[in-house]
Amino acid sequence: MYHAIKDELGEEVDYVWHDTESLDQYDGILLPGGFSYGDYLRSGAIARFSNVMDAVKKAASQGKPVLGVCNGFQILLEAGLLPGAMRRNENLKFICKTVNLKVANNETMFTNAYGKDEVIAIPVAHGEGNYYCDEHTLQKLIENNQILFQYAGDNPNGSLQDIAGITNETGNVLGMMPHPERAVSDLLGSADGLKLFQSIVKQWREQNVVTS
Amino acid sequence: MYKVKVFVTLRESVLDPQGVAVKNSLHRMSYEEVEEVRIGKFLELTIDSTDSLDERVKEMCEKLLVNTVIEDYRYEVEEVVVQ
Repeated sequence: MYHAIKDELGEEVDYVWHDTESLDQYDGILLPGGFSYGDYLRSGAIARFSNVMDAVKKAASQGKPVLGVCNGFQILLEAGLLPGAMRRNENLKFICKTVNLKVANNETMFTNAYGKDEVIAIPVAHGEGNYYCDEHTLQKLIENNQILFQYAGDNPNGSLQDIAGITNETGNVLGMMPHPERAVSDLLGSADGLKLFQSIVKQWREQNVVTS
Repeated sequence: MYKVKVFVTLRESVLDPQGVAVKNSLHRMSYEEVEEVRIGKFLELTIDSTDSLDERVKEMCEKLLVNTVIEDYRYEVEEVVVQ
């Protein structure tokens, strides 16, 4: 994730320790994938109580972009920053491969650089990516256009409505199971993920940079 | 001293793929009478005597031990005599 931002996107990025109290000096927060606390109890269930999560919640309420990828998505769900929950993949296997995603909503701070319904190739690597929410929540997600990415063609984990990534109501917190940071150059097999990060920067510049 | 036994199960409306896999295995082992299998978790907490034990156990469950979006829970409290 760090390399994708620093070397491919070309922006400043810091590693932030889980004990950190403040994220005030940052314009955007990225929660990367991994196996926090060994996925003990439930993926992300313990990490959501990390000290730094208070600062993440504050950044989210301030409208700053917050991106959670894979375990990061699971942590955002457990922390209640995004609705719903993750279950074990339907076929019970850890799936590790490149999948096709459809950009269902390209009018957000995370997807403005993509075309509507553009299909992109992004790798997934997870055992618990089977997204679930109740009927009422699903209706709200659909009505508010909060579903940003859906698996196109082959749903690898059985997630509801082929959901691969969703945002919160205000559209500044995105959680997705696929790894856009692992698709930022042709050397990695796909550069389709780079536009996600470019979208965030583009939106930030439009809002914060004064041009004469 | 108390031993609190917490039983966590998937909500009825949530599909349980592990349970289905286990049921199919049992069928292949010729235990065809099994109609459904659902898999849950069992947690055992040893707790020092405290006021409002029930309230605090419920809080522990709903904050950390259980994901109330997809799980249900119940618990039993057993007093343990300290030797």
